[in-house]
Amino acid sequence: MTQNQTQVAPASKKISTYLAVIVLIVMALAVTALFIAAYTYINATTAEDQITAAAFGVIGLVALAMSVFTLFQSRRQVEQMKIQAPKVMTTIECQNKGCNQKTVREFQRGDYVYKELDVPCTKCGGKQMVTAIYKEIKEKEKTYNV
Amino acid sequence: MNFISGPNAVAQALSLPAGTHISSSQLLGAGSDQITQIISLLSYVFFIVLIFYGQRIQMYVMIREVENSLHKLKHIKEEGRKTTIEAIKEIGKPAVDPSPRVDRFLEYFTIGPQGMDPAGIVYKLDHILDVRDERLKEEVKLMAPSSDDIQINNLENTLEAAMALNFIYKVVRHYYIQGKKTLSLYVIMQLQMILPMVMKEADAYSSALKAFAYGQPIGDGAGPLVAGKLMHGYEVRKLPKDCVMATVPIEGRVGLIIKAEGPGGNVGKPGDAVEAVIEENQGKIACLIMIDAGLKLEGETVGEVSEGIGAAIGGPGVDAYKIEEKLTKYKIPNYAIIVKEDIGDAVSPMRKEIHDAADKVIERVKSVIVERTKEGDKIIIVGVGNSIGVGQ
Repeated sequence: MTQNQTQVAPASKKISTYLAVIVLIVMALAVTALFIAAYTYINATTAEDQITAAAFGVIGLVALAMSVFTLFQSRRQVEQMKIQAPKVMTTIECQNKGCNQKTVREFQRGDYVYKELDVPCTKCGGKQMVTAIYKEIKEKEKTYNV
Repeated sequence: MNFISGPNAVAQALSLPAGTHISSSQLLGAGSDQITQIISLLSYVFFIVLIFYGQRIQMYVMIREVENSLHKLKHIKEEGRKTTIEAIKEIGKPAVDPSPRVDRFLEYFTIGPQGMDPAGIVYKLDHILDVRDERLKEEVKLMAPSSDDIQINNLENTLEAAMALNFIYKVVRHYYIQGKKTLSLYVIMQLQMILPMVMKEADAYSSALKAFAYGQPIGDGAGPLVAGKLMHGYEVRKLPKDCVMATVPIEGRVGLIIKAEGPGGNVGKPGDAVEAVIEENQGKIACLIMIDAGLKLEGETVGEVSEGIGAAIGGPGVDAYKIEEKLTKYKIPNYAIIVKEDIGDAVSPMRKEIHDAADKVIERVKSVIVERTKEGDKIIIVGVGNSIGVGQ
């Protein structure tokens, strides 16, 4: 039986209502600022109006970007709540010196390193042994050039 | 619309020369329309609020951060409890629901020996740890009556990981509530500062749970893995306590290889085992080589092999003390070889880099033997660590 299922957290997957309300308010204000910016720019008669429009545009864009970022960040936090069971592999090698048969399969309960298996080698019929049990890491660790 | 009426009055209030005209837009900032003025006014209000309530706002942000981590810790703790109960039910086939007993077990504590008069404290601690270990094993036997010795060891380790998670959660919750009650920035700040490390440890224990429940080798098993590789195929005999030994020819010397008995989750008592072997040989041992998993510093590579001097063994220090005493008595040199990994790697399923380091360690062991001992000498090689998932 393979034991490497990924567990999904039963806890709430939603982000908090409090945070959602704040983000929505900021988003609404950002959209309003962008609307004002557009309106002011279209009806601009002086250079000062254009500067005001640009200022509103920048404020609106920054606020929108920040609220979207906060939303994504909180979603990522919810994702982190999930406990991931790593994929563990078992390496089986034939004990006959001439035969280099090597099999890698998922870990099964009862496997342990140096366990002699009852199942004979498919290539030469020799005895097989578990030589390694290790987990696979897909993500590369972040390196710092210092 | 002007927010401040009477510009001359403002000029007077600011002691500016008579006739100086200050418009509201000049006072509140650039821009001429009403919205600009509102935003300017709001920014002033925001600035004033930050001056008076900045620290409090910062504290609420920290509290929120701690709260999020606490939710995660609670979830991990609950998962740990669930995994443990499921493992006990699956392996031990108990007649009654083990949940109440597991819950009681999670609250289990150990009181260390009194240290006012430190003479003999090591043996007092040793005794307490023995009693604890025995008690835990008996509890597991009661919870999981159908399990064999290997499974009992694995379940005991699973329960210990669940206990650690429960303890971490309760301590963090304690400081969080204390910080909220007292609204002390410093209580919350201390908690928030150590939280990344606490969470890392909790994550490590959560992955350890599955490894222990299924009997997978963990990073801490680097030492037993090397010892197992050296002793595999040779006659193995038992040593005190929960350790095994094999006599192996190595580079023309006699290698006495010791490790905790596997494949059950077990660290044994290498201190007692080494003591026994040294006494059996009347102290005629050329050197002791200890192989263990060592904590790496950030920036170091996982699976890096490093060499040094001294008793490479963690835990409460009882085993290190016993080994050091015997080595000093017979003037036996002690060499250490460690496989570097972080706390997360040490208690979670073994990484490939750590497994691959076993061959490098054997090469190092051989070079130490060749350089530091003569042919025909007796050498003790101890693979220190948890033997879960590693046979011999």
